[in-house]
Amino acid sequence: MFLFIASEAMLFGSFFTAYFFVRVVNPTADAWPPDPFELPVFVAGVNTVILVTSSFTMHWAAQSIRRGNRAGLKAGLVLTILLGLAFLLTQAIEYAHVGLNTGDRAFGSVFFGLTGLHGGHVFIGLSLLVFSAIRSFRGHFSPEHYHGVEISGIYWHFVDIMWIVVYTSIYLL
Amino acid sequence: MQNPFRDEAAAFRALLVTIGAFALIAIGSWINAWIGLAVFIAETGAAIAFYLHARGERLPQTHVERHGAADERHILVIANETVGGEELLRLVRDRSEGVREEVLVVCPALNSPLKTWTSDEDGARAAAQARLDVSLGRLTAAGIHVRGEVGDGDPVQAVDDALRTFGADEIVISTHPAGRSNWLERGVVQAVRERFDVPVTHVIVDLEKAERGS
Repeated sequence: MFLFIASEAMLFGSFFTAYFFVRVVNPTADAWPPDPFELPVFVAGVNTVILVTSSFTMHWAAQSIRRGNRAGLKAGLVLTILLGLAFLLTQAIEYAHVGLNTGDRAFGSVFFGLTGLHGGHVFIGLSLLVFSAIRSFRGHFSPEHYHGVEISGIYWHFVDIMWIVVYTSIYLL
Repeated sequence: MQNPFRDEAAAFRALLVTIGAFALIAIGSWINAWIGLAVFIAETGAAIAFYLHARGERLPQTHVERHGAADERHILVIANETVGGEELLRLVRDRSEGVREEVLVVCPALNSPLKTWTSDEDGARAAAQARLDVSLGRLTAAGIHVRGEVGDGDPVQAVDDALRTFGADEIVISTHPAGRSNWLERGVVQAVRERFDVPVTHVIVDLEKAERGS
């Protein structure tokens, strides 16, 4: 799992390298994002809160099954899935209203490349969580055997960590 | 240093640390871009210092929960090339005398670092399985209740894995003599003694001497 996470981090690292390269070579470095683009910092901030909250519910789900609380596991997984879906939906709406497209200069490419890469990871994480939720509703997992929840949780937290880096780099700095 | 993604709880803690670290960078940058850069450099330095400090840190001793009836004796044997050695078989037979023994022999699939990193483990596992089969055959023939499995290439990790399902009363580690044993050079026996609260017996098997004698 560690090697998988490390490979994923390197994949994000290559996209961040492209992003910071574009930013550094930008002739009007003082103005970022470059004119006439503007990013919805507040909406993305709300989305960040949603995603971070989903990590808390994920942690609650994992802690619940460790203590044999099956109701907590189910509720935690369902809440995490709902929050993850809310994140993706908000991101889709943001894409529709952001006012730039993938072909709009290098900035458009790196913006959609980085946030899209992350969105794809959220989708994969959600798929893992849906499988875990289905299994939990079918009576799988116990305090001794909860590997499926554990793996989904590790991946989900990793995806959240990556979003913190993406949000800070693209929207805040 | 422990893997920050070793389990869900550790990954959650890593997330909280990341939020804190990036919040400080964002606040610093909001005041002044150079302060943000200084915070980033300071945090990177702190992370490197923490890594260097934690790298040499010893893991806390793990308590091993015993399974099975009170009159049973669970013996975990860790051996690789010496798994069929006469000294090891004799010790297991001695330990099993007069008790209801349950012996688990774990044979770590030793591999080269390159093959381990590229997940090319088939050859190592097949070789370990072949050695294990010979040893299991001899122990079973001696009337010992024994089973075996091929374990992780890292012997300490193999012990850790085995103890999760096999609550041992004693761990027996079999190695080549000093000077010829890679495990002794790496301090495997000492590491297992420090890591688990189970008595550890170290058996030295001299295969070269046995070959000369036969």
